[in-house]
Amino acid sequence: MFAKIILPAATGLNNKTGSWRSGKRPKFLQKNCTGCRMCYLSCPEGCISGSKKTYNADFDYCKGCGICVQICPVSDIIMEDE
Amino acid sequence: MKQFLEGAAAIGRTVALCRPGVICAYPITPQTHIVEELATIVANGELNAEFINVESEHSAASCVLGAIATGVRAYSSTSSQGLLLMAEVLFNIAGLRLPVVMCCVNRAVSAPINIWNDQQDIMVLRDAGIILLFAEDIQEACDLHIQAFKIAEDHSVMLPVIVNIDGFILSHGHEPVELPDQQLVDKFLPRYSPLYKLDPSNPMTFGALVGPEWYLETRYAIQQTMNNEVKKKIKDVSEEFTNLFNRTSFGLYEKYQIDDAETAYVTFGSIAGPIKDAVDELRVKGEKVGLLRIICYRPFPQEEVAKILSRLKKIIVVEKDVSLGATGALYQDVVTSLYIELQKGNGKNTPKVTGYICGLGGRDVSIDDIEELYYTGELVSSKFVSVKEENLGNFLMK
Repeated sequence: MFAKIILPAATGLNNKTGSWRSGKRPKFLQKNCTGCRMCYLSCPEGCISGSKKTYNADFDYCKGCGICVQICPVSDIIMEDE
Repeated sequence: MKQFLEGAAAIGRTVALCRPGVICAYPITPQTHIVEELATIVANGELNAEFINVESEHSAASCVLGAIATGVRAYSSTSSQGLLLMAEVLFNIAGLRLPVVMCCVNRAVSAPINIWNDQQDIMVLRDAGIILLFAEDIQEACDLHIQAFKIAEDHSVMLPVIVNIDGFILSHGHEPVELPDQQLVDKFLPRYSPLYKLDPSNPMTFGALVGPEWYLETRYAIQQTMNNEVKKKIKDVSEEFTNLFNRTSFGLYEKYQIDDAETAYVTFGSIAGPIKDAVDELRVKGEKVGLLRIICYRPFPQEEVAKILSRLKKIIVVEKDVSLGATGALYQDVVTSLYIELQKGNGKNTPKVTGYICGLGGRDVSIDDIEELYYTGELVSSKFVSVKEENLGNFLMK
């Protein structure tokens, strides 16, 4: 007898963890972006995608931690209230 | 053909016959010779397997967990402190239903540090969902290894098996051993076919978090499997082994001179050897005595044990472990089994059950010691055998 504990891959995508956030969310200004990818690499949720001047977060999963804002070397991301 | 082999070497060669794809272990006395033998076999190119060196037992267990999750047969072995370091991962292996086969070369647990034999180490993992088998001699240790893979990997079971052998007595002792032909083992033991595996071309999630709405069923499933499928599978596999290899394998337990007995010893492991000698000597003196040797300790063959023992007058449980603050572990299982059957109304007779703790940390247990237990009329539940009063005092060794 087995319990159903093995799942198909990526079932976690159905769980929209961005449904509750810190109260703030990053805003990608997309002006001074150099395409260094630090925001993409640092995001603990892995929810940032894009390329130079098109980076943005997927707000279905963004928790509003602000790491991308802190890491951006050209201050091209800001935190704003929900 | 029989060969005169050290227990560890015989087990190493037997495991090689079972063709594991990944072997991973960390050396610890008295287990080391098993993996030394396997390392040699792999290095010589006689077995096509990955032998992975790691930095600890925790890593060794994690390594076989990962390996078997990808669908390859995996083997490890350890002892005592090593088993305790593996403990966390072993619960994971059982919970993930991964059929790893391991050997635990039973040894005392620190402190004080002691490398000699008793069975306290494996009792820590008693409740982990691992099938626990105990060998009496080197031949049986080898035979149980071959059967262990077949039991563990059966699609109705999918649980890890630990074959327990007594440290030094079976790991370093030499005996004439019959190692089977590769062809015969291949016939008995087909390639491991996993129900699910980690595969990049068909990704799956193993080991996901489950909440209160799911966890209970994972334990229910293991409990049901243990009590039904595992017991049945062990019986079937031992029968099949007996027929194919032409050598008796007993299954869940062995009955020795017990059918007409009034008193019976109950034990597991290598101490069954001297107990059988004691039984023989007592029989010569006209005493109606026998032995019930438990081979499969988890799942515990509760109903069978109660059925065999409930018609006796006296039961003497002899074991090399103790649940400090309670009694020996086997004593609890025997008493529980009898009481459950009694409550069901099966059997009016309640035998007197006495329990003895012996051989801890490698203390020798003689045939005379065992015979003496038969003659003492005392009713004890966890009496230590051959305690040296002169070793007790107020800490300071002078």
